[in-house]
Amino acid sequence: MHIPDGFLDLKTIVATGVASAGALSYSIKKSKEELNERQLPALGIMSAFIFAGQMINFPVAGGTSGHLLGAALATVLLGPWSASLVLATVLIVQALFFQDGGITALGAGIFNMAVVAVFIAHVAYTLAGKLRVNEYAACFVAAWLSVMAASTATALELAISGTVPLAAALPAMTSVHALIGVGEGIITAVAVMFVKGFNKSNIARDASLQRGD
Amino acid sequence: MKGKWLLGMVIALAIAGFLSPFASSSPDGLERVAEDIGFLHKATSYLSSPMPDYLFPGIKHEGIATSVAGTLGTLLAFAAMYGLGKLIITKNNKSGQ
Repeated sequence: MHIPDGFLDLKTIVATGVASAGALSYSIKKSKEELNERQLPALGIMSAFIFAGQMINFPVAGGTSGHLLGAALATVLLGPWSASLVLATVLIVQALFFQDGGITALGAGIFNMAVVAVFIAHVAYTLAGKLRVNEYAACFVAAWLSVMAASTATALELAISGTVPLAAALPAMTSVHALIGVGEGIITAVAVMFVKGFNKSNIARDASLQRGD
Repeated sequence: MKGKWLLGMVIALAIAGFLSPFASSSPDGLERVAEDIGFLHKATSYLSSPMPDYLFPGIKHEGIATSVAGTLGTLLAFAAMYGLGKLIITKNNKSGQ
């Protein structure tokens, strides 16, 4: 879903750039209140993991591939403020060093994947928690919805830019991402399961070590 | 705690280093849509990056070039986020907390 240069017009570039800058500075402000030194490795590793995960394109129907977005994964494990910073960092690294996502489309990419996708994942996961939905089902749904939301935002930007009519872009983008979102949902649920399982066994081990001392 | 971070980083590096050469090379969702609807030709690039398409320059073997680029990118993503986080926290301390 990384938009290359040439797909967006100036007003869309400026509007998404301003929106992203605003959202990120709010995230930074919130992170200042919450973040402490001990959490930094977790943020770095999440960023590394999402970068790596985004390299692994998996095939979906019709000679198309998809890859992890990671917005829901980061949101579930780190909360929305850190998640948006992690996603933005990954997108900046990709645009600057790997030419993945155009530099003029970076604001839009951040808006779609670090802001919209994270926000939707957060709302969905929180709501699922209130409704007492199974945790891993909640991860799957939050992840699927985050991909759908990001692809919808991308279609809107392409249409507003006059690159392609919305009537063509929206169904095409959302239908292919409905499939990619299933992959996103599975990866997110499994990764959360792994991390939470690992934390549990670690806590148990720490406790037994303390008892041993 | 340290073991946990190390394990996370090892997993990320293993994915980028060993799995990435085997990733699907089919167009992704947006690329597919652009191709089908017919606006892919508008795609261009205003910036030339050191490792375009996740290939480390100068390595003939594509799999190895991808693997090296992926490993570097993973370390870079870690460092960039860690650095940004550090910056945010430092500013926090200066603002009198």
